[in-house]
Amino acid sequence: MSPSVATAPAADALPQLVADRIPLLLVPALALAALPLMSSLSTWVTLTVAGLAMGMIIFIIASGLTLVFGLMDVLNFGHGVFIALGAYLAVSVLGAMSGWTGSEHLALNLLAVLPAMLVAMAVAGGVGFAFERVIIRPVYGQHLKQIMITMGGMIVGEELIKVIWGPQTIPLPLPAAFRGSLLLGDAAVEKYRLIAVVIGLAVFAAMFWVLSRTKVGLLIRAGVQDREMVESLGYRIRKLFVGVFVAGSALAGLGGVMWGLYQQNVTPQMGAQVNVLIFIVIIIGGLGSVGGCFIGALLVGLLANYTGFLAPKVALFSNILLMVLILLWRPQGIFPVAKR
Amino acid sequence: MSSPLLRLEGVHTHIGAYHILHGVDLEVGQGEFTVLLGRNGAGKTTTLRTIMGLWTAAPGRVWFGGVDIATRSTPEIARRGIAYVPENMGIFSDLTVRENMLVAARSARRAEGMDATRLEWIFGLFPAIRKFWQHPAGLLSGGQKQMLAVARAIIEPRKLLLVDEPSKGLAPAIIQNMIAAFRELKQTDTTVLLVEQNFNFARQLGDKVAVMDDGRIVHSGTMAELVDDEGLQQKLLGLSLAAHQ
Amino acid sequence: MLSRIFSGDLPRSRMLALVLIAIVGALALAPFVFPGAKALNVAAKICVFIVLVASFDLLLGYTGIVSFAHTMFFGIGAYGVAIALTRLAPSWAAIAAGVAGALALSFGLSLLIGLFSLRVKAIFYAMITLAVASAFQTFASQLSEITGGEDGLSFRVPEVLSHGFVLGGHSILGVPVDGKLISYYLLFALAVALFLLMLRIVNSPFGRVLQAIRENDFRAEALGYRTVVYRTFSNVLSAGFATLAGALLALWLRYNGPDTSLSFEIMIDILLMVVIGGMGTMYGAVIGATLFIVAQNYLQDLMKLASDAALGIPLLSSLLHPDRWLLWLGILFILSVYRFPAGIVGRLRTRSKSHSAAQ
Repeated sequence: MSPSVATAPAADALPQLVADRIPLLLVPALALAALPLMSSLSTWVTLTVAGLAMGMIIFIIASGLTLVFGLMDVLNFGHGVFIALGAYLAVSVLGAMSGWTGSEHLALNLLAVLPAMLVAMAVAGGVGFAFERVIIRPVYGQHLKQIMITMGGMIVGEELIKVIWGPQTIPLPLPAAFRGSLLLGDAAVEKYRLIAVVIGLAVFAAMFWVLSRTKVGLLIRAGVQDREMVESLGYRIRKLFVGVFVAGSALAGLGGVMWGLYQQNVTPQMGAQVNVLIFIVIIIGGLGSVGGCFIGALLVGLLANYTGFLAPKVALFSNILLMVLILLWRPQGIFPVAKR
Repeated sequence: MSSPLLRLEGVHTHIGAYHILHGVDLEVGQGEFTVLLGRNGAGKTTTLRTIMGLWTAAPGRVWFGGVDIATRSTPEIARRGIAYVPENMGIFSDLTVRENMLVAARSARRAEGMDATRLEWIFGLFPAIRKFWQHPAGLLSGGQKQMLAVARAIIEPRKLLLVDEPSKGLAPAIIQNMIAAFRELKQTDTTVLLVEQNFNFARQLGDKVAVMDDGRIVHSGTMAELVDDEGLQQKLLGLSLAAHQ
Repeated sequence: MLSRIFSGDLPRSRMLALVLIAIVGALALAPFVFPGAKALNVAAKICVFIVLVASFDLLLGYTGIVSFAHTMFFGIGAYGVAIALTRLAPSWAAIAAGVAGALALSFGLSLLIGLFSLRVKAIFYAMITLAVASAFQTFASQLSEITGGEDGLSFRVPEVLSHGFVLGGHSILGVPVDGKLISYYLLFALAVALFLLMLRIVNSPFGRVLQAIRENDFRAEALGYRTVVYRTFSNVLSAGFATLAGALLALWLRYNGPDTSLSFEIMIDILLMVVIGGMGTMYGAVIGATLFIVAQNYLQDLMKLASDAALGIPLLSSLLHPDRWLLWLGILFILSVYRFPAGIVGRLRTRSKSHSAAQ
């Protein structure tokens, strides 16, 4: 962006089109590379769907975090609280509707799960609003304090969850119609994973639409690159930021519901555990980049499932290995966000 | 006589531990094109950023249209009718040229909502903007980015334009295009405060001129006066226009 | 003389000096003043954590780097001693080998992480260390043939330190001179020595450069200091001291497992201790560690009383439940980051400053 290098010969010279397409190939490349290592095609299909499902849930959780960082340079170490909160709310809501979740009818199951998701999103969003006010606002621009304060928020949040729901692990069974598998050819694919992929794609599509087709979305993307310029154009970036923070918290709540159903149980520590995973994902993707976050999440999900099958011991470190490899290739992540 | 559109009174600006502006007094009258000259580090950019509220004047007053905006927030200052083209141009490189323009057009919610007549006028000033309308702005050349930055500032009528070194690093042909565009802008009675180091560029546009050194205004007057007085140029800018031509 | 031992960095507050003297005195006389196994365990744990928290302060308070991998180095030290004493004979040579191996591993790892990620922002470093630490924890529990997995390792220590050892039937003030007493005083002496060494480091020219970098890294770089080198070096030093603290812990407990030295909970504890005690003061480590560990062991009893008293009131009694003590410390932590970032030590110092100014 340095103007000193600007020495174009004429005002209407055609700019060179160097779009960065390599990262888009990473996900299919990984999937194809795993294919010859599998014992059968059906195993591969099963694992790939599982990996995509896991990746989609991680993406839903991590997307808000990366935007919050991009927009205001705020990294929320307390993001995990919203995940756990969402999952616990699902326990309460689904527990109250056990009549419907136990039914074999898909429609009744959905009628129970949808409110659970909506409640989780609403409450997580509301708590996010308060969290931004009380915890984050006083320490804008002070990284050290930010890390510590948000970590403190995480501790307190986790303890409050224990106060409300108790410290023990609580089972979160899938609604009856979500259980079991479908057969795709020879491959058995768990129904819930397909549902997770569909919801994940829907969230991604909605986010893509907002960010590329609405003015608010454009302002968010512009703000990620150059906060000062957006303010100089007359927009209050703080308002934008609060909106993104609340939306990100709500999405973490939604992701928490899905993660809880994926694991089929919830623990107060789940937020901290998932936190590590999503940090890796947003580092891989490039801090502030939603597209990078999406690719990073899918890579993490796929790799975890492939290695889990091929070499379970390696699987525990696959994330770290992936992160190191990506950072050696691109030290700022897959899609470095152009900042001044 | 009515009061000037913009008036700085004893503006001091501190950046961290550094004291950059030491009491700047400056007036920009309605419809005037004022050029702020001075060597590197004299405080020109800081002056623009202070007007814009990106740094805070302390102490000091910044009167704009009769209101002291020294302590107002940047978005509010912008909404009072000041447009800013920063030195680094502030282009959103991930966004297309069209999206950059849309973001700058505060009243438009969608691309179709931008004032079509005004847009045509801008396309006339800078044909490259039309040509690369759908391209990511990050792919533009430096000169094209500068044009986009100016185009963004004028997509809607503003009372005052702050422009920081639009000629920096540009090829001569593009500088000519830029001068032509600013001349056309002058016809529309827009008030401009422009920071420059390139005196040749400045003298073709300025009605008034102010020279800064060491965080103060050391000279202000009309451009014609400065152009005619080589001795003054030598003294203020260390250059002779004759030698440069 | 006194000033030299403390490297010229005295407490600078009468109240603070009194508190420190009380803490050190209590620790020095712990076996005689506080009878019982639990009290001695608490005292020993305080000694270990003073070293550990001070080493974290070296990084956080003096260099302005947040690392979440500090317990990793603590764990490496503890595992080094544990593995060496399990595999080899319970001898001093085995301890030396274990500590040396652990230090080598810690230095290598901290250098690697430092060079890899210290060039970038503080936030990036915090995230990377969080990920690395969690991977290391998994790694340690997976290598169960060597580390004992989740169960950990119990081992024998050199005879002089073992509980069965009694020094010829001697006793001082009615306390038998046994392996436990000797272990405690060895631990105490080493902790004091390590703490004074760290105090010396932060007050050396090197320490001043670290603080200059913390205040303004651009400026320090402009003055000609290679900030990456200094940061990395401080990272390595801090890792080294944490490793030694881990070794001390393992020797005292004669046991090590993931939950005693490696868990993320301990990382959080250290963070709380250093912030509540006072970042960038070294003495904060002493106060923070003492306060926290005493609270951990005794505040819970108090909370149980309060919780029982509030039994009728549903929410209040669960808020006061002894297991929820971290909730209150977490709130205290957030308040101290906002209100008094220099912690208790900073608070005491400003008070004494305003006192002397008033006179």
